[in-house]
Amino acid sequence: MGVDATASSREEVLRRIRSAIRDTPASDVVAIHAEWEALPRIYKQNASLDREAKLAMLEDRLRDYDANVQRAKLCEIGMTIGKILADRGKRRMVVPAGLVEALGQSLPAGFVFAVDEGMTSAELDGFEGVLTASTLAIAETGTIVLQNVPGQGRRAPTLIPDYHLCIVRAADVVETVPEAMVHLQATASLATTFVSGPSATADIEMTRIKGVHGPRFLDVILAT
Amino acid sequence: MESEGYSLRVSLFITCYNDTLFPDTGKAVVRVLERLGHTVDFPAGQTCCGQMHWNTGYQEEAMPLLSRFVEQFKGSEAVVSPSTSCIAMMRDHYPIMAERSKDKKLQSDVAELLPKVWEFSEFLTQKLGLEDVGAYYPHRVTFHASCHGLRSLHLGDGPMRLLRAVRGIDLVEIENLEQCCGFGGTFAIKNAEVSSAMLSEKVRGVLNTRAEAVTGCDNSCLMHIGGALHRERTGVHPIHLAEILASEEGGQP
Amino acid sequence: MSGAALDPTTAPKFQVAAKALMGDSQLRKNVRHATNVIQKKRARVVEEMPDWQELRESGKEIRRHTMRHLDFYLEQFERNCTAAGGVVHWAKDAEEARQIVVALVKASGGAGGSPTEVIKIKSMTTEEIQLNKALEAAGIHAYETDLAELIIQLGHDQPSHIVVPALHKNRAQIREIFQREMNLPDLGGTPQDLADAARKFLREKFLRVKTAVSGANFLIAETGGVCIVESEGNGRMCLTLPDTLISVAGIDKVIPRFQDLEVLLQLLPRSATGERMNPYNSLWAGVDKTSLGGDGPRTFHVVLMDNARTEILADEESRQTLHCIRCGACQNACPVYQQTGGHAYGSVYAGPIGAILTPQLMEMHHAQSLPYASSLCGACYEVCPVKINIPEVLIHLRNKVVKQQSSGLNILANPEVMALKAVAMVFRNETVFHAAQKLGRLGELPLSRKDGQGDAWIEWLPGMLGGWTQVRDLHVMPKQTFRQWFEARGKDAAGRRADDQTGNGTAVRATRRPGDTVEKGTGNGR
Repeated sequence: MGVDATASSREEVLRRIRSAIRDTPASDVVAIHAEWEALPRIYKQNASLDREAKLAMLEDRLRDYDANVQRAKLCEIGMTIGKILADRGKRRMVVPAGLVEALGQSLPAGFVFAVDEGMTSAELDGFEGVLTASTLAIAETGTIVLQNVPGQGRRAPTLIPDYHLCIVRAADVVETVPEAMVHLQATASLATTFVSGPSATADIEMTRIKGVHGPRFLDVILAT
Repeated sequence: MESEGYSLRVSLFITCYNDTLFPDTGKAVVRVLERLGHTVDFPAGQTCCGQMHWNTGYQEEAMPLLSRFVEQFKGSEAVVSPSTSCIAMMRDHYPIMAERSKDKKLQSDVAELLPKVWEFSEFLTQKLGLEDVGAYYPHRVTFHASCHGLRSLHLGDGPMRLLRAVRGIDLVEIENLEQCCGFGGTFAIKNAEVSSAMLSEKVRGVLNTRAEAVTGCDNSCLMHIGGALHRERTGVHPIHLAEILASEEGGQP
Repeated sequence: MSGAALDPTTAPKFQVAAKALMGDSQLRKNVRHATNVIQKKRARVVEEMPDWQELRESGKEIRRHTMRHLDFYLEQFERNCTAAGGVVHWAKDAEEARQIVVALVKASGGAGGSPTEVIKIKSMTTEEIQLNKALEAAGIHAYETDLAELIIQLGHDQPSHIVVPALHKNRAQIREIFQREMNLPDLGGTPQDLADAARKFLREKFLRVKTAVSGANFLIAETGGVCIVESEGNGRMCLTLPDTLISVAGIDKVIPRFQDLEVLLQLLPRSATGERMNPYNSLWAGVDKTSLGGDGPRTFHVVLMDNARTEILADEESRQTLHCIRCGACQNACPVYQQTGGHAYGSVYAGPIGAILTPQLMEMHHAQSLPYASSLCGACYEVCPVKINIPEVLIHLRNKVVKQQSSGLNILANPEVMALKAVAMVFRNETVFHAAQKLGRLGELPLSRKDGQGDAWIEWLPGMLGGWTQVRDLHVMPKQTFRQWFEARGKDAAGRRADDQTGNGTAVRATRRPGDTVEKGTGNGR
């Protein structure tokens, strides 16, 4: 497969497309953008719930998808992390760079919090869990959004260990998917993962089974 | 919606298969409309809406039937037909056909005519605003919705409201009301096995209601369901909604 | 049905395959159970959304707009993906796509030589082009990592659904496959046991294999990014851990902007699996080498494949087929699919969307029975998240089939074409129609017999009409047509009640209109 072949295929496919859509009036970038701008968008875009109802909805939808959620005051995050990890019996955790700064407080003593500085998959596989912050959460769908930024880090650490403890700040909770996309627009090129509950499948008789390949357990601290 | 007590001249589009196979349905439509004080005429040059051809892929063959329909009915005050699928054919496809004909006159005629075309039950509930048309039918009955009535004409609970107002009726709702009976025109013949399987589910639904009769707004579905009910000698018979609405106390059932 | 690939060029006609499959009561039970469960789940999460219809409308318009400017958006995607460090390839057809992928996999081993293994995310596009067979022929084994695809692969089976490819198998059947293929004689039988077995089986491969192949749900022109939605995390494993990722996508997968995801990511999960959001959505653009250790693969390829999609694009009537976002809702809602399952469609694209997509991907040379594999009940259109009017497209494709079958001498070999054309002539003239009604009554006479109530029915019909009388009787034609009754009534109507049974005799008129045939046998009805 030489470069020439795929280059000529490129021209051929584009030629076929142009021939196929010749009923579309010739349009320049400006016209195409204007057409896109004019697309109907009369679905719900903005929030309709107050703060408490929104947080309650997020909790409800996270639980509906088998995640555990608990609230904690921002100043008590460290303590809450310690309590949850102790209850879960998790000691060896991996954390992204910049987590402590993102949380604004130190992590609890008595646990190993190894910072990911480019660990291999095999190294990551040796941890019991991962602790991260999050960019935002969507109440309506019970979704947490992670991005490759300090405090959240690369994608592999939130994938390989079997347990994910994630901190969501109440201020970062939006109600609807469109609101979330507006927030994410500026960082649209960053590696981004939407997480809605732990890994799951319904491939066998449509029975929802928690945990296949991703983390089988997801705990969320909603920091208010 | 129109108020009661005025008289319309209604042109009946009987449809080819009702004309040939189910004349009693046509008679019942005439009887109900006349009982309500309206006048019925029957443009004699009418034949078929073209549905069978269009839906089977013979679209060129369906085109002349559009012109024929328009010629026959274009002066009508209101056109009524006791067939959901034929009305759906007209609403869904006549504008496309007219467009394709590139005949401006035909296009404007179709645009003008279509809003005056009604499916029978819809004419009663939506145009005339009626539910009780003075019928009496002392039998246990279930209603088959027909896909075209449900998903194309969006009749909703219109037919059920008409039925609920029938005196003496014991109306019982079928399970899986929205499920297709498996008729689908030539589908019943081309894919007889699948059609039969769908039909047997629908028949089971009908039998589970322990109804004496299954009614609906489309005789093609009813012929399909009724054919199996007869084959199995269930004793349950199909009857078009119009025939139930036409029957009166002291009259013939 | 298992074993041989689903190939529309060699598959039997739908009605033949359907008949065979409908004899498999286990399969029918499995399919019915799965489609019922997903439909209920979908209905529940769609009902939650007061703006569902508005979302569908926007989804449709976004897709329509994209197709109108497909060349623009593909080039924009190519530019932005390349700028982000991805490599974009173009393939005219399946053959070229396979060649490109095989070559890329071979090259991905670098100095270490050609890899002998790749890990794969479930991808209908790679199923469409039978990529695994081509990889196998080049000495490369592809591990399917989606649970359902793994079941299919280990069971030497074929996918029967877009979203839940193994929905035709129940837990007992899956257990047998895993026991045999993973050598786990003591494997338990609960879905959790089976999922755990898959986790163990694949874990080592995720950590070891350095090249992955995926499809794509959306290619975002604005950012050059790709979006893949999934549930199990196997997708994330393939997208994140290997050194090389090769994503194969139809040219129809592009969307204009990041913001468009706010519509599509609401429509897709709710329609596909009945979830408000599926467990994982991955979005990335090109490659990231800035993070310590790198975030994701070091090399990323996208193969943009036509494979007859431009043929579909060129047909204005059926262009909307390309709007499909592969949610499978139409399959779950389809009463035909519910009876037959997916394999009857002879293609990896089954159900209503398959019935329109497959013959078009074959440029109408194969799979001609598929446009007829529908009762046109409209359930598919009702649930389609981007409002593809599948019944309309089916009818349009039927027209294409008829045109092929009635061209030249073909017409003589096809009794259906002859019959329908003849009937069409009859309907062009009410006098001829009237005569045909009489002839019909004569014709059916030898077939009719009286039932217990003295009513005449037909229990057997010849030839192609025999499909009707397999399970249904047909009432004989009444002696008098409606027309005859109405006209007779009109003649007597002058001065007296029109109908003896009509309470309040209102005037009834049989009217004539322009275009009516006045004299029997002479008019042409026009």
